[in-house]
Amino acid sequence: MEKIGDIAVPFIICSIILFGLYRGVDVFEAFKEGVKEGALSLWAAAPSLAGLVIGVSILSASGFFDIISQVLTPVFSLAGIPSEVLPLALIRPVSGSGANAVLSSILGEYGADSLIGRTASVMAGSTETTFYTIAVYYGAVGIRRTRYTAAAALTADICGMISACIFTRLLL
Amino acid sequence: MLGYIWAFMIVGGVVFSFITGKSDGISASVMQGADKAIQLIISIAGSMCLWTGIMNIADRSGLSEIISRMLSPVLRILMPELKENKKACSAVCANVTANLLGLGNAATPLGIKAMKELRRLNTSTECPDNTMIMFVVINTASLQLIPTTAAALRQAAGSSDPYSILPAVWISSLIALAAGITAAKLFGKASEKKRHILIMQRS
Repeated sequence: MEKIGDIAVPFIICSIILFGLYRGVDVFEAFKEGVKEGALSLWAAAPSLAGLVIGVSILSASGFFDIISQVLTPVFSLAGIPSEVLPLALIRPVSGSGANAVLSSILGEYGADSLIGRTASVMAGSTETTFYTIAVYYGAVGIRRTRYTAAAALTADICGMISACIFTRLLL
Repeated sequence: MLGYIWAFMIVGGVVFSFITGKSDGISASVMQGADKAIQLIISIAGSMCLWTGIMNIADRSGLSEIISRMLSPVLRILMPELKENKKACSAVCANVTANLLGLGNAATPLGIKAMKELRRLNTSTECPDNTMIMFVVINTASLQLIPTTAAALRQAAGSSDPYSILPAVWISSLIALAAGITAAKLFGKASEKKRHILIMQRS
């Protein structure tokens, strides 16, 4: 199964370029334009990512995550979520940069190709910054009450996280 | 909100380190953290920009429009109100497509445009209707063809195969999306039933 990822990436890149050529697009111009846009948005996100990486490294050096894990492990192990990825599960719905900082610290500590590292990567890749999204979209149209939005979105997050743990084990 | 979380990480971390007796490592971890932060940004920049470049080709060549048109019937089943509002429908489809291709910069403005169109149909001033909630829930379940950030972070951490997570990410995202849609439909029905009972009681 993990070979799919290997094949998918070059396949997707080649098909997009070929389709662009077929449609008569100046593919290299379009590529450069996209790279520039990506660099600008990474540049815009860099300060918050830097700040949160510092925050996460202080918090994990303090032993905070160990204690939180000990407290919450019984609940999460019921759902099959290993305690090492708990910090990620907690920050993911709130902050994207925070989740990236936590994921990077987990990958550094346990190794990117370990089961923990893979589980954390799948978890981060298959969920979103739920509360941020809700705030931005409702905020833009001036809606204050959100009814059952958060409940439904968090149901999605929890199911995504649990299945990330299951399918990482099954597929990788 | 993030300000409080960040302040808690720093201040809480320092206070905690005294309780756990790990305060010796704190000043080192501050410096290391700052170092790591800069290294991380530089090491993910390459693969992140590769994907924004490739996906921009997809966008320019009209591939996103094709995908958007293919998604339209599915999204109209999930949000029946879209059938009556063409503008909202095309904004919703374009937003979901941008998310799918990882065009983050395009996705948010399109999503806000879609929300504004949906708002016009909504008679209530304060509350979102079921269509708006379904749209936001679909947006909070990340459906992305290539999880570029996670893969870039794996690459930066020295993974031998950063994209090996793709199949598991696809399946988990789909399950999350299905769970979100089901939950939104169920909660929507439950809240309508409640409203009916309230109206019945009042009359």
